[in-house]
Formats: sequence, structure tokens, C-alpha cells
Amino acid sequence: MKNKAYAVLAALACLLFASSAFADKPVDWQTNFQPAATGIMEEITWFEHYTLWFIIPITLFVLLLLVVVVVKFRESANPVPSRTSHNTLIEVVWTVGPVIVLLFLAVPSFQLLTAQLTPPENPDLTVKATGNQWYWSYEYEVGENPLSFDSLLLKDEDRAGLGKEDKGQYPRLLAVDNEVVVPVGKTVRLLVTAADVIHAFAMPAFGVKIDAVPGRLNETWFKADREGLYYGQCSELCGKDHAYMPIAVRVVAQDKYDAWLAAAATNIGEANKALMASVDGAAKAVDVAENAAQ
Amino acid sequence: MAGTAVHHDQRHDHSDHGHAEHAHKPLTFFQRWFLSTNHKDIGTLYLIFAIIAGIIGGTLSVFMRAELQEPGIQIFHGLAQMVYGFEGDAAIDGGKHMFNVFTTAHALIMIFFMVMPALIGGFANWMVPIMIGAPDMAFPRMNNISFWLIVPAFLLVLLSMFVEGPAGAYGAGGGWTIYPPFSTSGMPGPAMDLAILGLHIAGASSILGAINFITTILNMRAPGMTLHKMPLFAWSVLITAFLLLLSLPVLAGAITMLLTDRNFGTTFFSPEGGGDPILFQHLFWFFGHPEVYILILPGFGIVSHIISTFSRKPIFGYLGMAYAMVAIGAVGFIVWAHHMYTVGMSLQTQRYFVFATMVIAVPTGVKIFSWIATMWGGSIRFSTPMVWAIGFIFLFTVGGVTGVQLANAGLDRALHDTYYVVAHFHYVLSLGAVFAIFAAWYYWFPKMTGYMYSEFLGKLHFWVMFVGVNLIFFPQHFLGLAGMPRRYIDYPDAFAGWNMVSSYGSYIAAVGVLIFLYCVAEAFAKKRVAGDNPWGEGANTLEWQLSSPPPFHQWEQLPRIK
Repeated sequence: MKNKAYAVLAALACLLFASSAFADKPVDWQTNFQPAATGIMEEITWFEHYTLWFIIPITLFVLLLLVVVVVKFRESANPVPSRTSHNTLIEVVWTVGPVIVLLFLAVPSFQLLTAQLTPPENPDLTVKATGNQWYWSYEYEVGENPLSFDSLLLKDEDRAGLGKEDKGQYPRLLAVDNEVVVPVGKTVRLLVTAADVIHAFAMPAFGVKIDAVPGRLNETWFKADREGLYYGQCSELCGKDHAYMPIAVRVVAQDKYDAWLAAAATNIGEANKALMASVDGAAKAVDVAENAAQ
Repeated sequence: MAGTAVHHDQRHDHSDHGHAEHAHKPLTFFQRWFLSTNHKDIGTLYLIFAIIAGIIGGTLSVFMRAELQEPGIQIFHGLAQMVYGFEGDAAIDGGKHMFNVFTTAHALIMIFFMVMPALIGGFANWMVPIMIGAPDMAFPRMNNISFWLIVPAFLLVLLSMFVEGPAGAYGAGGGWTIYPPFSTSGMPGPAMDLAILGLHIAGASSILGAINFITTILNMRAPGMTLHKMPLFAWSVLITAFLLLLSLPVLAGAITMLLTDRNFGTTFFSPEGGGDPILFQHLFWFFGHPEVYILILPGFGIVSHIISTFSRKPIFGYLGMAYAMVAIGAVGFIVWAHHMYTVGMSLQTQRYFVFATMVIAVPTGVKIFSWIATMWGGSIRFSTPMVWAIGFIFLFTVGGVTGVQLANAGLDRALHDTYYVVAHFHYVLSLGAVFAIFAAWYYWFPKMTGYMYSEFLGKLHFWVMFVGVNLIFFPQHFLGLAGMPRRYIDYPDAFAGWNMVSSYGSYIAAVGVLIFLYCVAEAFAKKRVAGDNPWGEGANTLEWQLSSPPPFHQWEQLPRIK
């Protein structure tokens, strides 16, 4: 799909629609996808911009035609109507034209779909997510003692205790008490199911959305390209607190992930705090270094 | 096109339309409106019903937009306190569920009790028999049953909002898609049962109506009116009736299984007993996708008539227009799982549904271009119905092209169940089907009542509505791209800006509805006589050859179509 014509179109599209802010969560007055953190989401973003190159001109073309008929064929400008009601050529043109446009859309569309549904072989890690009314449970398939924990919406009164006072990094309705932690650049297989009613696991920056259905085990995958804290929300109506069961994934370097996993086996809360300290510490160190450089 | 030559002009035969002919005794009010077998009276009842249901359904949506104007919960805890008597924290929980009840009821009311009764029960009932030169519908008493079934169905759905749904909360809040297990084990109270029974009865009403239309259109056309001379509105209703007849029994089966799962221990959709929740989704969308074409196809027919009338030109590519609708209806039955791209279907299955869905764009494009070609070379008068019809064409195009995007499973993965989908289907329904309904209202109001509405008020209604609905729904594309999921009472603060714009839009649209009501009242108060054909030579279907309003029974001598 990376052939040249597409690439040029995509580059132009990105120029036109590039969003200035770079964040792992939605921002004020956002008009576009959240920045991609996986190759699949990059392809989705590219394809969305690509479709705009067809649908916006088509819409403007229809608008233009309407403006032309309104101006040129209004009663005062054209008092005597024609009686034309057939033109085989033009009818063939506007049947075949859309077919060709659809072919241009279909080829990259099928490539994207195939890429999404063809996971790399031998995933580095398998995580199982279970939707409950109204929180997510996660299980890590590691070693003899699988790690499992619940992830609930972060309550305001718990912010201080968990060290999550910063509402920029831990926004209302998106932040959770225990994030899913995965290593960067590794293929993560995600198994999704539900315990009560249907939920849906969605992570916009990863291009992942899959229903959590009781009695079924759905499979999807992602490979996050950059570290960070990513947010998603339940995406299938599941009851009164449907809006209050967010999903948070923290992508970290392999060594930090290993340290977290080892600590999480005994105490998930402490493991998360230690991980936050090391991630935030590293971030602060970078800030300090940048300040020093200036 | 039909209707240009009618040999028996009977427009002045029966000016006193309140009485039956043949020296029958005048009907009492009860006989005329409750025991009616007259397609025009039943059509009027349907239109009044649709206006009432539309006001209720629209009010629900304004409450939702008011809630979503700012992040946090502003009004639903108060509403829950007021309506259900919750106190304190229970009011918050009650309010959260109440919001879901409102989304559910808004959808069910707008689909089953506003758009369908207005287009099919109302305008089709009124105009199809006249247009095809028939004295009435084939089964006049069944026509009456159709209407009097929709009333209790509506009452059941309304009643469901006030009885227990989930433990400790009121109403059915599973969305109009009523997916199990949330609609079975998730809502044990009787609210869901009432809603299901309401849908059953509304479905029965529509099936009877569909049988009536198919029989009428296939058997009762005037001499000389072949199918290929039949007006496009009659074509659209014929196709719609077939879609109803074939899809509604599937819904009836699915919700019957839901009912037995809920009450009689079956496990069709419950994995504990070997069932599968996804089976319901397949059954639901096998009905649900044709249903959305049921909502829009009559609008296609109406817009064709209006464009042709006010351009003073025959429809461009009449046969292409008719068979484009046939194609849309047929393909509409084999694309249902594009609503289910995220349920975990195989790659091959998703590929098929992407392909089939994209095909629909072709006949739809034919229709859009043919409407424009009808106007091309015409001598266009911008009366109120025409303004609504042109608005329809543009807004339906916007909704159509986002539909082409959503057809792609790979892209839909990111947009499924977000506000992008909400924006898309409101562009084709709220700005498509509803604009067609208003276009039809202004087009046929003089014919149905004999009175002319105020052109100024009609156009004011259009512009206020046009600005309002675009402000509501265009920003929702942005919200969807940014990732805001549907059916959320509260959202992360970053989504606040566009939600605020969207809410202001809904208040403007609500003002538009008030203008509409005032416009109707004003027309009845002023009693400006419309004349038999206020639209001139372009209006050449049979209804314009009758008086306004038409006689109680028309075509006692059948018109002959050359």
C-alpha cells in the first residue's frame, strides 16, 4: 500500500489535516484522530485522509452543481424549461464513475483490513481483558502465576493516595487506578471477553476496537511504537456506568516492564507507584537536562 | 411519467368532503375518525400521530443535548428526582440510567413512531391511491387496524419508561438495538418486556400496512398505468413495503426469542445455555439495515416529485431512478453485518461486507445525479418544498459520503460506536428523511387541507432548521474522530467544545420546530385558499387533478392514462 501515488496523496493530506497538538489523549477542539501509536493506527489515519481526498471533492462537486442549477436555471434566468429526460451517455458516466472511485477506495481498504486481521506470529505477550459492569479486569499470561488485577475509574478522592493529582496526565473519566502495562515495540496479543453484558475494548491511539462478548473470546493485537500513557473508553452500551469504565495502557521500555511485572506479582499498587516514579523520574530528568542545555 | 391525461375530470363533483357520497348519512365524528376506512382520513390520523410522536422524541433529544452541553452531570439527576422520586446519590445513578432510557426512546420513537408513520402511514396512505388512480387502499379496514395498532404500540413504549428496568432504575436503556445480554439479564424489570411488546405491535401494524400497499399498487392502478408509468413515489412505497414485509418478521422472531430468554428460561442468546449474543445482532441487523432504507426510500420518491414539479421538467432518467431504488432495496438485505465489524468476524466475512456495502454507493449516486440533471435546464421556482428538497440533496450527499467511509471495516474499526457514526446516520435520517418529510408536508399541505401556508414562515422554518441541524451534527464528526463514544452521559473535558456547539444547534433546531407548528396553525387560521394546483404545470401527477382538499372518495370513474 505504500506505493508512490498513495504516498504523495497521503503526504498532502497530512499537510492539510495535520493536528498541531501531540498527545495520547483527546485535546480541546480536536478535529482529527488522536496521534497514532501503532503502525495499524498510522495506516488507519492515512486511509481516513485518503478517503477525504475523494469524498470532499465529491461533496463540493455536488454543491457546485446545485449552485449552478440554482443560478443558471432559476425561473427568471431560464423561463422556458427544456424537456430533456434521457441521455444514455451521461447516465453511463455517472454509474461507471462512482464504480471507479470505489475501486480506488477498495484496494487500500482491503489492504488495511488484511493488515489489521493478520497478527504477527508468536506474540511477545498475551493480555486478557474482561469487561465487567463497570470496570475492566486484566490477566497476564506469564510464568506459573498469572498476574491479574482490576482496573477501575480513578476516583477524585484516590488521586492523592495514588500520586495521580495531575489532571493533565490523569484526566477525569479517562484515568484509572491500575493501568495495563506493556513493553514498547513488542507484539501484544489481546484476548477480550466479558463477564456480564457486552462491552467493547477501544484504544484509539492503537487503532484497536473489539467487542467484549460473554461466552466468546475475541482476539486482536497491537504493537506500540512509542512509550506513553494511552487512554480509551468502553465502546458498547453496557448500562448506567457505560461512560465510567475507561481503559488505560502504559507503554514503557522493556526493562521497566520487567521490573513492574516482577513487583506486580506481590503488590500491584506498589509496582504501579514504582513504575510511575521511574517513568516520571526519567521524564523529569529529561526536562532538567533540557533546561540545563538551555 | 404518468398522469398527464385524465379523461374524467371530477374535481368539482364533491365539494363537501366531510360527507360520504351516494346520499349516505353524514358520518359522526366517532365514525369518521375512529372507524375510518378512508385512506385520506387514516393518512391524516397518521400525520397527526407522527407530529405528536416527533415532538416527544425531539424533546427527549433536547434534554440529552442539554445534558451534554457541558462535561459532568447537569440535569439528569434532577430529572430522575423529579420523575422517579430518587433522592441523593440514588438520583445520580437513576439519572445515568435515565439518560440511556432517553437515547433508547428517542431512537425508537423517531424511527417507528415519527418517520415511518409520517412517510408510509401518512403521505403514502394519502397520496399513493390518488396517484395510481385508485379509489382507496385495497383493504380499507386493515388500513384502520394498522393505524390503531400503532397507537397502543407507542403507549407501551412510553409506558416502559416509567416501570422498572434494571434493578432499582426505571425504563429500558439498552439502545434501540436492544443487544442481549444487557436486554435480558441486564434489565430484569418489566420495562424491557413492555418495549418489546410495543415493537411487536408496531411491527404487526407495519406488516399489515405493507401488505395493503403491495396489494393496492400491484392490483389497483388505473387503466393504462403500467408499472413503468407509475409515479416514483408509488415506486418508492412499493419497494419500501417489500422491505417491510421481508425484514420485520425477522425482527419479530428475534425479539420473541428475547422475550422467551427473559421470561421462559430459553437461552437463544445466552452462552450459559449454549446460546450466543451475536446471533441476536445478526437477526437484528438483518432487519435493521433494510429498516434504514425503509426510512429513506419514500423520501427519495417525494424529492423526485418536488424536484420535477418546481423545475417544470420531467424526471431525468425515470427508469434509472426506479431501478436504482429497487437495487438499493435488494442490496440493503445483504449488507447487515457492516454494523458489526467489531464483534470479531473473520477476515473473509468482513471483506465480503465491505464489498457489498460499497456497492450501494452506485445506485445512490445515480439518484443524486439524476435529481441534479432533472433541475438542469429547468425553470426552477424556489417555493418552500423545493428549498427543502434541495437541502435534502446536499445534506444526504454529506451523510452518504461518510457512509462510504464507514463501509470500510478497517476505518470503521476506529469510528465504530463513536459520534462519527451518530453524525453519519443523523445526516441521512435527521437531515435526510426528516427534510424529505418537511418537503412533503409543504408540497402536499395545500392539497390535503385546501389552505396555503405562509411562504415566509415555511422558508424561515427551513433556514432555522438547516442552520440548527448542521450545527448539531457537523461537529459530531470531529468528536467521533477524536474518539468520543456514543451513548455517554458524561465525557472527558477535552470533548467539551464541540459538544457545546452541538447543543446550541439543537436549541436552534427546536426553535425551528416551533416555527413549523406556528406555520401550521397560521395556515389553518388564515384559511388562504390554495386552489386545485398551486404549483403550476410542473405538478402533473394525478393528485393535482383533484380539488383541494380532494373529495371524500375520488376516482369513482377511473382515470385513463395514455
